[in-house]
Amino acid sequence: MTGSDTGSKVAVSIESVSKVFNRGKPNEVRALDDINLDISEGSFVSLIGPSGCGKSTLLRLMAALTHPTGGSVTVNGKSADKARLDRDYGMAFQTSGLFEWRTVTQNIELPLQLMGWEKADRKARADEMLELVKLAEFATHYPRELSGGMQQRVAIARALAFRPSLLLMDEPFGALDEMTREHMQTEVLDIWARTGKTVVFVTHSIPEAVFLSQRVIVMSPRPGRITADIEVPLGVRGFETRESNRFFEKVTEVREALRFDKGGR
Amino acid sequence: MRRVFRGAAPALVFGSVGLIVWELGLLLAKPDGFVLPRPTEIVGSFVDNFTVIWTATVNTGYIVITGLIVGVLLGVVWSLLVSRFRLADETLTPLAIALNAIPIIALAPIFNAWYGLLSPTSNQAIVVLLVFFPVFINTTKGLTSVGATELDLMHSYAASKWEITKMVRIPNAMPLFFVSLKIASSLAVIGAIVAEYFGGRQDALGQFIVQNAASSRYTEAWAAVIAGSAMGIILYLLSGGVERIVTPWRPDVDVVVG
Ligand SMILES: Nc1ncnc2c1ncn2[C@@H]1O[C@H](COP(=O)(O)OP(=O)(O)O)[C@@H](O)[C@H]1O
Ligand SMILES: [Mg+2]
Repeated sequence: MTGSDTGSKVAVSIESVSKVFNRGKPNEVRALDDINLDISEGSFVSLIGPSGCGKSTLLRLMAALTHPTGGSVTVNGKSADKARLDRDYGMAFQTSGLFEWRTVTQNIELPLQLMGWEKADRKARADEMLELVKLAEFATHYPRELSGGMQQRVAIARALAFRPSLLLMDEPFGALDEMTREHMQTEVLDIWARTGKTVVFVTHSIPEAVFLSQRVIVMSPRPGRITADIEVPLGVRGFETRESNRFFEKVTEVREALRFDKGGR
Repeated sequence: MRRVFRGAAPALVFGSVGLIVWELGLLLAKPDGFVLPRPTEIVGSFVDNFTVIWTATVNTGYIVITGLIVGVLLGVVWSLLVSRFRLADETLTPLAIALNAIPIIALAPIFNAWYGLLSPTSNQAIVVLLVFFPVFINTTKGLTSVGATELDLMHSYAASKWEITKMVRIPNAMPLFFVSLKIASSLAVIGAIVAEYFGGRQDALGQFIVQNAASSRYTEAWAAVIAGSAMGIILYLLSGGVERIVTPWRPDVDVVVG
């Protein structure tokens, strides 16, 4: 359940990681500096911080979409690169990244196709995933016929279709309106509870981070660092959670942690 | 089909009004020594010379279609190479731009000298060169303008470069490829006819126009121009039709062209 991470297996281990872009050039950026972070298997962890503090870079390092300048990233006990080649994680981004020429089903089938699944298995799995995100009746639609929230649900279904152990999400609800956003948060928690994936979730919304996660990692910019690591032991979330005092206390705690960063800059 | 017709209605009405104005204007004003025939005269000439014009259209059509096929294939293969291999990009892209900088029509007399004055090969070569560049430039743009999110996703699936080309770049390039195909089909007709002014088969549209214009038979020349336009329009509509079949995910934006 929520709370202590000790005792369970580590899904992602980040040790003394730094990332410098354009090193030695006039436009050099120290995006991340001395990051240490262990994420235990099955947990839901959010990364929060102001724009430009390196959240996306940290997530991309876990995904081996970029490589650290120093330190090491271990995923499921192996190098991040190996984990990528083993297809250990699914990803979702702020823009859905759905391919407009593929129907909803075909989009969900794309990773399965790359992994050599049989056609019938792909179809069955895509149907199953569409049930999970409650979009079964849109199977044969093209992405442009779907609302933004529906597109994100398809993107999440696609990320989960090949049963990766990890789900990495970079502000997936950033472009959605507040009501759709809250709805999607509940759905993601529902999926998390049912599938038991490890989830790393990037956001710049404090309530979103507190509502979703067991653990909120607060970051500050220039250079990107972790400045606070806040446990959120709110138990199973429900409609009441957002209105509970303990929720507000945690929101305040994260807000304070973020404000402290600004003062210290 | 009905939707196509409804979409085309404004264009048909506009075109008809234009033709009526043209006809009546010349009929009423009777300008002296003016070399523009009335539409009815052109149609009359078209009917009178139908066999000759038909043969000429078929001959020119052969140049247009073969040149178009070769030029489009060349443009597509060239852009696939350029988007896939850095070395190809560094060598073939400048070469394509250099080729495009040549005033291609100006090569027609030179090609005639190479291939023989009456050989259609020189005309085909002109069409290939004209068609190649718009296809190359648009298709390359389509192949390379894939979003960062889409590429990140494909990498997260550990997709190979070829898989990314096949599953993302090529479908992404389809809309721009069809834009270029429509441009290319019009260019091919223009290129073939103008190239024929300088040589090639004698029983082709270009020569028919040149010879009739030289002996002041402008109405006949116009009839052949109409045949050339019809060819251009048919190719354009065909490209649009294929586009619909190949890119079914796209909304119907250009209803007018069917
Ligand atoms: N590919 C890149 N090249 C150069 N600088 C980059 C690149 N990616 C990110 N950065 C820089 O690294 C810093 C952190 O960026 P990012 O991880 O996107 O922040 P966040 O997601 O928290 O907004 C920013 O200053 C950004 O400009
Ligand atoms: Mg970001």
